[in-house]
This record gives sequence, C-alpha cells and structure tokens, in this order.
Amino acid sequence: MSVSKYVLFALWCCLLPATASAVEIHHEKSLYRNVLVYEENGLRCMKFGRHDSGRQTCISLSDPDALVFNPPKMLLGALYLKPKPERVLVIGLGGGTVAVTLNKMYPTIQIDCVEIDPAVVRVAQLFFNFAPNKNIHVSTEDGRVFVKRLLLQNRKYDLVVLDAFDNISVPEHMTTREFLLEIRGLLKPDGVLAANTFSSGRLHDSESATYAAVFGTFYNLQKNNRVLLTKLDGLPDRRQVEIHAQQVENQLRPFSTGKDWLLPLFATDVQWPPHTRLLTDQYSPANLLNGL
Amino acid sequence: MAKQNMVIYLIAGWSGYFVMALELLGGRSLAPFFGTGIYVWGAIITLFMLSLSIGYLLGGHFSAYRPTLRKLSTILGLATIAAIPCAAGSNFILEQVFEAVSDPRYGALLASILLFFLPITISGAISPYAIRLLVDGLGSSGQVAGRVFFVSTFGSTAGTLLTSFYLVLIFELDQLFYGMMAISFACSLIGLLTGGTLREQASEC
Repeated sequence: MSVSKYVLFALWCCLLPATASAVEIHHEKSLYRNVLVYEENGLRCMKFGRHDSGRQTCISLSDPDALVFNPPKMLLGALYLKPKPERVLVIGLGGGTVAVTLNKMYPTIQIDCVEIDPAVVRVAQLFFNFAPNKNIHVSTEDGRVFVKRLLLQNRKYDLVVLDAFDNISVPEHMTTREFLLEIRGLLKPDGVLAANTFSSGRLHDSESATYAAVFGTFYNLQKNNRVLLTKLDGLPDRRQVEIHAQQVENQLRPFSTGKDWLLPLFATDVQWPPHTRLLTDQYSPANLLNGL
Repeated sequence: MAKQNMVIYLIAGWSGYFVMALELLGGRSLAPFFGTGIYVWGAIITLFMLSLSIGYLLGGHFSAYRPTLRKLSTILGLATIAAIPCAAGSNFILEQVFEAVSDPRYGALLASILLFFLPITISGAISPYAIRLLVDGLGSSGQVAGRVFFVSTFGSTAGTLLTSFYLVLIFELDQLFYGMMAISFACSLIGLLTGGTLREQASEC
C-alpha cells in the first residue's frame, strides 16, 4: 500500500464514526443539561450532551419492550430479592424504562417516579413510551427533597429504585449515609433497594462502605455501571435468589432478559480498604473521588 | 503604621475568603433539604448579593465615625459570631424551614436568610471600612480602593478554589466552618492587638 493509500485509509477510519447512521430526532436544552434523542442501528437513544458516555437509555424500534441497555436489566434483578413489589419508588426517570417494564409485568402495582428535569419527563413521554396513568405517577422534583417529603407522609415502599446517577456527574447529596438512612425509612420491613451507580476508584470504595454501613451486605452487579441490591430484613442467599429468579422468569422473558443473563452477575465479594471514609452529608466529594 | 496597614489588608483579604467559602459550603448545607437545583444556588447568590450590598452601605456609613483598626477587627469578630449558627445550629434551622415551607425555592431562600444574612451583611461592611482607614488623602483614595478590592477579591478567589477543589476532599463541613471561624477570630485578635492610638488620633483630626 502506498503512503497516499495509508493516508486515505486513516482518513476513512477517522471519518467512520462521524458518518455512522445516527440521526438526531430531537434536541432540547433544559436547566440541567442538553437532552438529545437520536436513532441509530434500529435503536432510539437518549443522551445528555454530545459525548457517548452521556447515553441514558435506549429502546429497540422494532421491539419496544425489549431491554437493550444494561442498567434497567440489572435493576430488575431486584425482583430476585422480592418477586412482586406492590409499591415502587423510582428516583431518576431517564426514559422511564424501569417504570414502564414493571407496569407491564405487574399492571396493578403502584409506581411513583421522581425526576428533577422536566425536559427528561417530556422526552420520556414523547419518545420512549413512558405514559403516566392511574398506577404510574411522576413528580418533577429533586430526589432527595422528594424522599424527605415522603418520609413526612410516612409512605412505605416494597422497592426503591435509585437511578439518578450517570458517569458524567453524581448528585452528591444522594450518595450519603443520611440519604440512604432516609431511603431505609421509606422501605417496608422486607423492602428492597436497587441502586444504579457509575462509581470507580475511591468513590467505588466509599460507596461500598456507605451502603454496607446502612444496609449490611448487598449484591453487587458489575458491568460498565454498577447495581447494588439490598434488602432490609436480610439479603436472601443464593438459593433463594435462584428460586425467585425461576418464579419471575416468564414475566421477564418478553423484555429480553432473564436468569441466564442476570444470575451470573450476582456477586457479594466486594472489597474495600479498611477504614474507608463513609460518604456523609458532612463529607460527600463524590465527583472528586470518582476515578481517583 | 505600615504594620497596621498590613493587618487591615489581611482582614479585608480574609473577609473575602470567608464570604466565598461560606457561600460554597452554604450550598452543601442546603442540598440535603432543598436539593442542588439552579434555584438553590439562585437563592444563595441572591441572599449573598443582597447582604453584601447592605453591608457595603453600612460599612461606608460607620466609617464616617472615628474609624479605627480596633473597630474594624470588632466587625470581623461580630461577623464570625454571627456565623456560629451555620455550624452549630444549621440542621435544626434547616429542618424547621423544610417542614414549614413546601416550595424548595422559598425554603432555600428563607434558610439562606436565616443562616447567612447576618454574617454576610457584617462581612460586607469590612471593605468600605478598610478603605476609609487606609485613605490618608483624597488623591490616593482611588488607589487605596483598588488595592482593597484586589486583596478582598483575591481572598474570595482563594476561598472558592481551595474550598471547592481541595478542602472538601479532606475535611467535613463543620470542620471547615469551625476552622474558618477560628482563623477569623485570630485575624480579629491580631487587629485588636495591633490597633493603636495613632490611627484614632489621625482620624479624629
């Protein structure tokens, strides 16, 4: 290959991502970020900002029920700890995938969602099949403030899904021991918390230590993201998890996930250095610790 | 005189640091109760700007009455005392406001007023008062004002950068509040000890 051909080949490689088939179908600026909706390779995705790492959720255009993004599939692992939750709180809406899926699986359960960004709620409704109904309610408010208000109302949930983080920024007031204690106060005695985070480095250690301090042991599901699953009355052992997995397998199948994909992710062997500093309302530099 | 002037600049610079660090940490204090939305920062910044503007007015007014370094140091001491609730009673105050006001925008504004109005208003009085102390002739007033603004704003820059980049990685919120209050008292004490009669006599002329 001549030098000019090498140059042409290199140019082609550089241009390849730019000429991929991504088509922007919606773009809006909110108070918090730029929300972009685009379609590519049969998927419709929402992302915050231009960077690929800001991708929040995707749905399949040909099979809208199929879960094509890891975080919601991993969060549904919460059903292996408690198969049929009756009241669910979802903090951080994204495309509304978790709420919509749970509503389709169990149409009668009550789902409360809270999302800080009205633009995200709008986009979820317009482009991601999220439709509030008599069983799905959505509030536009800061998640921590909403949780505090629910505590005053003495509300209790079977399942709390904490999905307010991405790998660009962490809402630091929702990483702390005090916040997790507030979540604990919202759970029924056998309630489950499923938290989706993107921590690494020292934040990963501090996060692990903080969850362990509030909830004791937890299941850790690790991909590019991390999902922590814990249960207030004690973590079910592996055998119980497998029994629950079998119970919900038929309900999960239409959503392109199930025990063959989820069960191998369930791990409890998370390590962190002794004396790792907990995240508290007094000390919560989560964004600075992430990746350190 | 030169020593006293140095102390006046020290107090002006530290006051700048104190105000901005308090503003940043104020955001942290309010977050668990009112979130971190743009309205929370809007409430905090509104209150700080309002308090500083009133403080400038008051500082300029009081500087007309026999200004001394000791009085300036007392102003810094009072600002420090007024900041005690930020560390010692903030959770109680924030809980009360959270329960009384359901709209987080007005909750954040009311909480900011209760926690920060007094210390920041008093701190705002320091710069104009310091300018009056340092000016010894009309011809130099612009130069002196420029220097005081420089020192005070440079202090604010340091307070912002050090607090947000490094100190929050090491210290807890209350440790930072108490640490800053200790430094404030130390600066105030230095001012009280070095504030001499020469300045008083000069200002009485």
